[in-house]
Amino acid sequence: MALLERCVDVSFGVSKANSGIIHAGFHHSPSSLKARLEIEGNRAFDGLQAELGFPFRRVGIVVAAFSVEEMKTVDHLYEQGVENGARDVEIVGRDRLLALEPALSRDVVGGLFAPSGGIIEPYRFVFALAESAAANGVFLFTGWEAVRAHRQNDAWHITSAAGEDCAARWVVNAAGLRADAVSAMFGAERFTIVPRKGEEFILDKGSAGPPSRVIFPVPARTSKGVLVIPTVEGTVMLGPTADEGGDKDDTTTTPENLERVFRFASQMVPRISKRDIITSFAGLRPTLPGDDFMIELSRAAPCLVQVAGIQSPGLTASPAIAERVKALLMSGGLELVEKADWQPGIPRMHRTRDHAPWELDQLVARDPAYAHLVCRCEGVSEAEVVEAIRKGHTTLDGIKYYTRAGMGRCQGGFCTYRIMRLVARETGMPLERITKHGPGSELVLGHIGDRP
Amino acid sequence: MIRRTIDAVVVGGGSAGLAAALRLREAGATVAMVEREPFLGGILLQCIHSGFGLQEFGEDLTGPEYAERFIRPALNAGIEMYLDATVTEIGEDATGRSVTALSRAVGVVRFSARAVVLAMGCRERNRGNVAIAGTRPAGVLTAGLAQRLVNIEGCVPGKNVVIVGSGDIGLILARRLTLVGCTVRAVVEIQSYPSGSVRNIAQCLNDYSIPLHLGHVVTRIEGRDRVEAVRVAPLQDGRPLTGREFRIPCDTVLLSVGLIPENELSRAAGVPINEGTAGPWVDADMMTGARGIFACGNVLHVHDLVDFVTEEARRCADRAAAYLKGDPREEMIPVKAGANVRSIVPNACAPGRRNVLYLRSLVVKNDALLELSAGGEKLRTKRLAHVQPSEMIRFGLEAGAIQNINSGTALEVALR
Repeated sequence: MALLERCVDVSFGVSKANSGIIHAGFHHSPSSLKARLEIEGNRAFDGLQAELGFPFRRVGIVVAAFSVEEMKTVDHLYEQGVENGARDVEIVGRDRLLALEPALSRDVVGGLFAPSGGIIEPYRFVFALAESAAANGVFLFTGWEAVRAHRQNDAWHITSAAGEDCAARWVVNAAGLRADAVSAMFGAERFTIVPRKGEEFILDKGSAGPPSRVIFPVPARTSKGVLVIPTVEGTVMLGPTADEGGDKDDTTTTPENLERVFRFASQMVPRISKRDIITSFAGLRPTLPGDDFMIELSRAAPCLVQVAGIQSPGLTASPAIAERVKALLMSGGLELVEKADWQPGIPRMHRTRDHAPWELDQLVARDPAYAHLVCRCEGVSEAEVVEAIRKGHTTLDGIKYYTRAGMGRCQGGFCTYRIMRLVARETGMPLERITKHGPGSELVLGHIGDRP
Repeated sequence: MIRRTIDAVVVGGGSAGLAAALRLREAGATVAMVEREPFLGGILLQCIHSGFGLQEFGEDLTGPEYAERFIRPALNAGIEMYLDATVTEIGEDATGRSVTALSRAVGVVRFSARAVVLAMGCRERNRGNVAIAGTRPAGVLTAGLAQRLVNIEGCVPGKNVVIVGSGDIGLILARRLTLVGCTVRAVVEIQSYPSGSVRNIAQCLNDYSIPLHLGHVVTRIEGRDRVEAVRVAPLQDGRPLTGREFRIPCDTVLLSVGLIPENELSRAAGVPINEGTAGPWVDADMMTGARGIFACGNVLHVHDLVDFVTEEARRCADRAAAYLKGDPREEMIPVKAGANVRSIVPNACAPGRRNVLYLRSLVVKNDALLELSAGGEKLRTKRLAHVQPSEMIRFGLEAGAIQNINSGTALEVALR
């Protein structure tokens, strides 16, 4: 099996801008495919975490209602959740809601509590899956942009932008924002993926007491609304917005949405402050008309599985999506036999910040680089950065998502040059070839004394 | 884990830490210094321009030269040096304070110290802090990082540069980048007046014909992989006038938009923070609200001149040495910011000693009057030719000047 990725690293597309929520299964109608997969996916995360060790905690989700009218929508969400099979979902009165989430505004009248909801570091999840896959025989090709495909001798022959070829009997189209273009490339179904932009704002770890649970407003029609999310690594995320646009590269943030997000978020959690913003970003949800997932055997092209329109709750549903794709492949005639030596677990990554000083000695005895902090804000050691580089994450963003170095309050102000030096040392790359996220995003443009 | 017992730990080996550690050694204390970088000198090492030391040495020195005046004596003073080492925690133990640090060379080390001097300096405000909209390509970096890349790593961060913020760091960088062959397209300043000194506007911008857009903001950064342009608009009533927005093509955006004292370690140690400075609250002994923990330099409040950092660090070390000797502490009078004053350091005065107050104005004003009062009674005034928020005001108060204030009354400092 081969995994073909257009970007220079996995998770660099839609996944990297994910809100990092494991949804609890009450937001979507029981008639939708996504509601079923959301519930099934949610249940898989404890087992996956045990195998793969990514940061994940079931902190629970609350929906905060501010009026009697909003409570009616809460009733509806509750009924939907119960019908979907959401675990232990309950309607809560004002006092219980405030006890469950003291950060909420005193103006709440009540809401919903879904204890099975959680928070996850999305890129760590994707990296862990990729490592587990690679350890079990999947060939990973990054920076490999599929541009052409044709079928010959019962196999698909795919050509990359760089002219490389890859042949396979079956193909799964999980191309996110470009699933429509990939489908067309295979002569399969015609559909259009519409990007729905979501802007998010991150607050410092030191911001005035982050909430302890994911806080949702009562949802509006087109999205789940602006949330206040305590991330699994201790920052607070506000967002996302939901703006439909045509451009699949438009990841701009806007001052208008900054204002909107803060207005909505501070209605729910009054103590949040713009002073604590450390960064912002925008992600694009790949949406299809009707807003449901499309996971099916192509009817127009042979041996192709379509996995399109995977927007929220796509991350939550992903384990269930995988099971469904497996079933589709088998129903389409692909014989799959579980490997006898399949080992899903991957070795745990050691992180200096997870150890008390007296526990560090052992780690430091093994590798003194664990005692050399490269990123002061997130407490990331040289050993962790080097591990990321040796695993192939050689861009600044890749190292950031893998280790969190550069993700804290100074946003790389102090550690960027240190990381650049480590990449140069480990790979032999000159500094001017080191990039933020791939070719074209070089960090420096030359040396002093270079001749023009 | 290595354990060390010592009189004082100085956290940070930059200008403040070096001056404080030397002074503590001179007073006979045993001192350990923990510095994150492999070299002493802190941010001075990348400030290869001149203008340092005029107050302290009566000489015009570069940053590294200024640092050298302290590094050599410090290396010969019997200070226990931990370089390339990071303090991860300041706590309490039976002796007083425990300080935990990590380094490649020694692994984990825990000090038992009676006094701690915080001298960690500050960090730069970044793009997120000032919420500049647009895309997130490569080529957006803080001025200090760019200065580091150019002056120490020998790299050119970009070819066509726009600098946001007209503080001295931004201005000096504009000149430096021009000298290494970059084109500085513009300096964009949100205020209607430059933040940096008149001298730097002349010598760093005007001499090189670099345009300065006062009262303008960058509304948007463009470019997917690398910066392609910024959009700039004039401000009217605090809002960008989008109708008069213009585009400056560039490949690099450098942010010189302010500094924040870096106090995460202090906060975690329970040190109360003064919202006005973002540094610790300190009394006339430069002691923070946590007993035995002192602070000086940019971790306490952002200075304009390193010479004042040195002065403050020495005073801090003198008081820390007195504390180590067990000298009785004088009763102090609280100091608070009055009209038009953003912040004041220290937050208490000792009436029996000479006191030096540092304050920052909230207003731009010529011929201002600095006014000291207590309980509504005017104690002293001083004429100041010009005040503005970006220039720190230093004010010395001789011993006995505030002797007759009733206990419980605060000394208020105002600008009129």
